Amino acid sequence: MNKPVPVHNIGEYVPMIDGPEKVSGRAKYTADILKPGMLAGRIYRSPYSHGEIVAVDVSEALKLPGVKAVVTGADCDKGFGVLPIARTEFPLARDKVRYRGEPVAAVAAVDDATAREALRRIKFTVRELPSYCTTRAALAPDAAPLHEDKPGNIERDVLFELGSTEQGFAEADLVREGSYNCAEVCQNQMEMHAAVAEYDAVRERMTVHASTQVPYYAHLMLSQILNMEMSRIRVIKPHVGGGFGCRTETLAIELIAALLARKAQGTVRLVTTREETFITHRGRPETDIRLKIGMRKDGRITAVECDCDQRGGAHSGYGVVTILYAGSMLYAIYDLHNVKYVGRRVLTNTPPCGAMRGHGTVDIRFAFESLIDEMAAELGLDPFAVRRANFLTAPTFTDNDMMVNSYGLPECLDWVEKQSGWRQRRGKLAKGKGLGMACSHYISGASKPVNWTGEPHATVKIKLDFDGSVVVLSGAADIGQGSTTILAQTVAEVLGLDLSRVRVVTGDSEVVPKDNGSYSSRVTFMVGNAAIDAARNLKSLLIAAAARKLEAKPEDIECLGEVYRAGAQDKGASFDEVVTEALKNSGTITVTGNYSTLPESQGGKKYRGAAIGGSMGYSYSVQVVEVSVDEETGVVSVDKVWVAHDCGKALNRLTVEGQVQGSVWMGMGQAMSEEAAYHDGLMLTANMLDYRVPTIQDSPPIEVGIVESMDPHGPFGAKEAGEGSLAAFLPALTAAIADAIGIRFNDLPVTPDRVFEAIEKRKRALEKRKGNGGAQ
Amino acid sequence: MAQLLEFTLNGRDRADAVADNILLLDFLREQIGLTGTKTGCDGGECGACTVLIDDKPALSCLTIAATVQGKRVDTVESLGHDGQLSAVQRGFHEKLGSQCGYCTPGFIMASAGLLRKNPNPNDEEILAALGSNICRCTGYVKIIEAVKYAAALNAQGVSP
Repeated sequence: MNKPVPVHNIGEYVPMIDGPEKVSGRAKYTADILKPGMLAGRIYRSPYSHGEIVAVDVSEALKLPGVKAVVTGADCDKGFGVLPIARTEFPLARDKVRYRGEPVAAVAAVDDATAREALRRIKFTVRELPSYCTTRAALAPDAAPLHEDKPGNIERDVLFELGSTEQGFAEADLVREGSYNCAEVCQNQMEMHAAVAEYDAVRERMTVHASTQVPYYAHLMLSQILNMEMSRIRVIKPHVGGGFGCRTETLAIELIAALLARKAQGTVRLVTTREETFITHRGRPETDIRLKIGMRKDGRITAVECDCDQRGGAHSGYGVVTILYAGSMLYAIYDLHNVKYVGRRVLTNTPPCGAMRGHGTVDIRFAFESLIDEMAAELGLDPFAVRRANFLTAPTFTDNDMMVNSYGLPECLDWVEKQSGWRQRRGKLAKGKGLGMACSHYISGASKPVNWTGEPHATVKIKLDFDGSVVVLSGAADIGQGSTTILAQTVAEVLGLDLSRVRVVTGDSEVVPKDNGSYSSRVTFMVGNAAIDAARNLKSLLIAAAARKLEAKPEDIECLGEVYRAGAQDKGASFDEVVTEALKNSGTITVTGNYSTLPESQGGKKYRGAAIGGSMGYSYSVQVVEVSVDEETGVVSVDKVWVAHDCGKALNRLTVEGQVQGSVWMGMGQAMSEEAAYHDGLMLTANMLDYRVPTIQDSPPIEVGIVESMDPHGPFGAKEAGEGSLAAFLPALTAAIADAIGIRFNDLPVTPDRVFEAIEKRKRALEKRKGNGGAQ
Repeated sequence: MAQLLEFTLNGRDRADAVADNILLLDFLREQIGLTGTKTGCDGGECGACTVLIDDKPALSCLTIAATVQGKRVDTVESLGHDGQLSAVQRGFHEKLGSQCGYCTPGFIMASAGLLRKNPNPNDEEILAALGSNICRCTGYVKIIEAVKYAAALNAQGVSP
């Protein structure tokens, strides 16, 4: 007889459990929902960047046969926004419009053609105001404020100095400064924003299906905007086609769909165009950084001064958090002291920015890694050596009170150095080729959620009934990152069962426990820990039942997954028999698992906003990028990327690799080609041809090394894997280009025309010098 | 104006009244409810709507439905036999060529079109065949692995 053994899946290559639906076309995304009698929704958007609203005349639209409802700012006087302190945005503009494309009115009609025709009949009159589409314009002394309560168009300024930069710079052997500009970039997730709202007029209930990363926040905002009790609202998150942060706050789309559905007393599907998805924005702000670093001869950093301006767009969104992250996340990667940070989040007449993948950390990391790379060269140090001179020693608290319990940065450096052949190959490549490296890191969930209620950070339920299937109930929003698979894996692992025993139900507020949502890489860490807790609670019940059945003591029961037994000689009872026994007492079993972060992980109080950045665990990433630069055309090709990511423990090696590769590649897009460009507030790049995302032909092989630092608090030791590897690509690329052609780019994206221009400029300078030399 | 469209969809002959100006994509998704084919852009930018017309990959968002008169159209729903995933579907599932899954039907149909024409493609041929499909999740690394794996499965007799 084969000895029964528990089944293990943690650390394996596990295909996503919802993969078969996705590859067969059966997975339903919001726009795939077809309901009988469904109306088509369309949004009328402001053609002005800035103006006082004089009139929104919808009378002609209402006269069009087939139009069932029209809503305007008059239908909702409540603001929305992810931060309780900044709910300045209306689903449909009131009093003022502040960016081109801001929703002004919306229609629901029997079909899309009628809805579009109705939009053409809306007459929108404004008293135009000067628009401020750049940081500099918005900060000009004579600029009028976009929002009355934000004088000078500063959404939030941040200032802290921890330690003494004066003293730190005095201790340095080398002090250097740099200025950096990173263009605004967009998530451009493949699924365009969509919502389907069903209003049940008889029961006065609203059901909203939305392409969101945060069903619970959508629920909160729907309640507020509709002025309906939360118990009358149901939020369903179908499959979601990516998010990367643009759906980590409630968007006007789902709110407008609900307003339309209620007014039309029916069902409205609102699917935006790609252009509208771009204009809804919530991407990474254009960022200007001035950075000054002091360094000793051995590479040790002695002081940092950083000044950061973010062009936030017309509304706050996550803005306050973004500008705080940019400062706080200077820490927790190196052992830094004597740091001064000045951040300004600026309001401009452009679409609101948001919490894009690597939230707040990416552009700052680009600047930081770029400058220390240059300083290393000046000091004659290897880029790896500079990083090694500034290691943290975990466990530790940083100067801004961030708790670092595991730290795999050293192992990440070792892996990429070896794997890329750095020591043998650096400086010895053919002309036009170069190698560059850089590091980055990220949080595993914000320890303090933006909507603080005092509840646990995550709750998971498991239901077990007569059929013996283990049903995991969670509000965690799978947006393609694989959270549903991780839930199944963690529960199956604890119970020693095959994944086929486990089903996961998510995404319906009527059934699943509340979850804060998929953002800040919180899900694997927090929901994973809650799932383990729930599974352990279930296991205790099953062990107790097995003990009754086998007439043994619970402490003598051994769980082998499909078999529970009392001692090695016992034949034991099958899982199904144990379930039957367990149900005798209670009927259907439901257990709960919770997870809460430690108070000491929730950041400090040394400056206002110091809680932002506090996390239970930090991931680390190191990359080496190899490039070829065509000096005739300025075209840069990335030949290969080696990336090592410390995710604590890879619960699923397949999805960790996929997340890391996707992050690196998204960093490549930002570094090389992506840029949201505007003309007087009009987005010029609101399509996928002008907003240049790398194609398969532009994309390099990305070799992933997984470093497992086994975080003491992570689920089975895990930390985040989906964001931390994005940032390092940017400075590693520019370092590689510098290695290849001797020119360092501090402005992103590094497009061929910028490279070409820089090469030409250098040529001209050389010629001029030669010319001058001849004349002497 | 409407006209009668007679064609073969996913192996079955059918006749539908279609408006002159309806796109094949909208016909599939909105008129007959085959939502496996995805809309990812405002026209011809992303490849998410790729279907096969007479075994050749085509963008259904740039195809007037009436123009497939008498032709064979295959969507992602046509793949797989006897309850089993096809080789390309298995590749994308087992090798994680699909994360959020939204671009996946387009990539799968473009890959299926490639393998029907060229069962043993090299890297360059794979890149060329998938050059007009955008994926925002994977960085394409595992998509290339998925297609190679599918070709290997295909060689073992699993239909593409």
